[in-house]
Amino acid sequence: MSRLATTAESLALPLLALGGGLLLFGGFVWLGGHSPLQAWALLFRGAFGDAFSLQNTLVRAAPLMLTALAVALPARAGLTVIGGEGALVLGGLAAATLPLALPLPAGAPGTALLLLAAALAGGAWIALAGWLRQWRGVNETISSLLLGYIAIALFKHFVEGPLRDPASLNKPSTLPLEESLRIGTIAFGETVTDVHWGLAFGMVACVLAAAWLGLTTHGFATRVVGGNPRAARLVGLPATRLIVVACALGGAAAGVAGGIEVAAVHTAANASLIVGLGYTGILVSFVARHQPLAIIPVSILFGGFLAAGSLLQRRMGLPDASVQVLMGFCFVLILASEALRGRLGELFVLRRAPVGAPVGARA
Amino acid sequence: MTAGGSGLPWLDVLVAVLGGAIRVGTPFLFVSLGECITEKAGRINLGLEGVLVFSAMAGFAGSYLTGAWWAGVLLAAASGALIALVHALVCSLPRVNDIAAGIAIMLLGAGLAFYLGKPLIQPQAEQVPSIPLGLWLGAAPQSALAAAMNINALFPIGVVLAVLLAWGLKHTGWGLKARMVGDSADAARALGTSVTAVRVAATTAGGAIAGLGGASLSLYFPGSWNEALSSGQGLIAVALVIFARWHPLRCLAAALLFGGAGALGPALQSVGVSGYYYLFNAVPYLLTLAILVWTCSPRRSLAGAPAELGVSR
Repeated sequence: MSRLATTAESLALPLLALGGGLLLFGGFVWLGGHSPLQAWALLFRGAFGDAFSLQNTLVRAAPLMLTALAVALPARAGLTVIGGEGALVLGGLAAATLPLALPLPAGAPGTALLLLAAALAGGAWIALAGWLRQWRGVNETISSLLLGYIAIALFKHFVEGPLRDPASLNKPSTLPLEESLRIGTIAFGETVTDVHWGLAFGMVACVLAAAWLGLTTHGFATRVVGGNPRAARLVGLPATRLIVVACALGGAAAGVAGGIEVAAVHTAANASLIVGLGYTGILVSFVARHQPLAIIPVSILFGGFLAAGSLLQRRMGLPDASVQVLMGFCFVLILASEALRGRLGELFVLRRAPVGAPVGARA
Repeated sequence: MTAGGSGLPWLDVLVAVLGGAIRVGTPFLFVSLGECITEKAGRINLGLEGVLVFSAMAGFAGSYLTGAWWAGVLLAAASGALIALVHALVCSLPRVNDIAAGIAIMLLGAGLAFYLGKPLIQPQAEQVPSIPLGLWLGAAPQSALAAAMNINALFPIGVVLAVLLAWGLKHTGWGLKARMVGDSADAARALGTSVTAVRVAATTAGGAIAGLGGASLSLYFPGSWNEALSSGQGLIAVALVIFARWHPLRCLAAALLFGGAGALGPALQSVGVSGYYYLFNAVPYLLTLAILVWTCSPRRSLAGAPAELGVSR
């Protein structure tokens, strides 16, 4: 198949699967006695309908870009890691705790140190899953998810125990970050938006990841290890080191997502951080076929669905899990659509007679 | 626990952990048996976590709507089979990775359960009865031991199922077929057995068994439906099958071990050790991880592992 046709197919398959997911979701709400047309319209309006919802969408897309990288980068090294949620909460905890541990410079340098701590915490967590696989052959999907549960337990222990701000009564939180360390919103001249700079960090991280994978020798070696472990062994690539580095980079991205959520949105580490951004990131990465550049638009799409969830809840009385159902349908169809790869054309072309067969031979 | 405490806190903890081994371990038992036959046929179902949550919701709904706990249990098994069937069919498509499909089923099962289970969070449903094994064995009524030995009526079913599966996999024609498909798909094809059909059947049956674990969660312990009902029990059970080396009877032992570990946090809290509540609740995850590190090896495949399986690598 030509390169152009391959690219077209890589775009068409996920789009078909997403369309199928929306269709199934419509059928599902219809079974419950709701109008699918209204659900689709609200999904669109809540995601991209006006300036307010668009900004809401972008705010939600920012952490998704980073948690999707936590799946995509290890995936390019051949690992299915799904522990982004754990790396995110630990990153958030590290960012919220650092000012208690050391005196930080005020302003941007201090914020940079916060995010660095978040990256280290998240990176170490996912690197552990990669290393366990290389060292002991422990399945990284299971271990990373178990590590995620352990991370959440650690997070709750510290936030509700030793690190709890005594002033946080109803919702246990750590001490809030001081004003100068927080991440502000993006402004274009006079126009101030609700979108914080985390969005820019997410996009830059995706571009850097794409550059690393596509343009550097190290990234190329990582892709060889992921694509053909046998070839990698034959040419003597240090597979363990490359895999652990890819996991650490992915985990660092998810950790930064947690740090940004704390520094830009919640101002302290609390349970608001544990809302499944890591799990949505898994879906985003699979839809984007683990391509860092494709993660940017896919994150915005799914950020939009998340933003539209509350509108579905308010206007149609659908449960808050309706977006999760939609995402579940999309996920199953995205995987199933792989079966059509290389055969998509056959769906639209009538079967031709075999070359050289005489006309009417089948009679 | 306070009613019949013996005055010795550590003894109370021990009795509570023993009782908890059965109470908390029953869902582990069913999910691990379900995963065991799925994996024996050469496929992994990480989606059993989603199956567990969905069947817990369905079982609760069945019991709540009909007023009969056994109807809830049957509905849980049927819905578990249904979700597992989706996984089995998706995995049967070419180029679909069963680990990735399992993740998708995990999210889909939980999403559907939260959506459909929204009206079920408040009400009470008819519960699975308990068997007063402690009283039968002569423990004093109201004592801690009698309370700990009040066991879930589903647990004996699980034990019988484990024995039956162990026997059936070894001695029956379908058991041999399932193991053959799991050990060498090529050999199965050469003998004219449809690999896909056997795997779909095994995965679906495994989902039905795991569904009983869901019923045990929502209709016995904790005995209500909410969105935090399962936090990774289904996934722990998948890891537990590796620890049990794919043998149903060893799954029973492993499930009891993990049940005891899961009961440790609440048991310690009941005697006043509460500062580390979350950390003690994380013990089953840590234990699972430690056991995986201990049993797995990159250089050899595990004894008893189905050769077609990727997870033991």
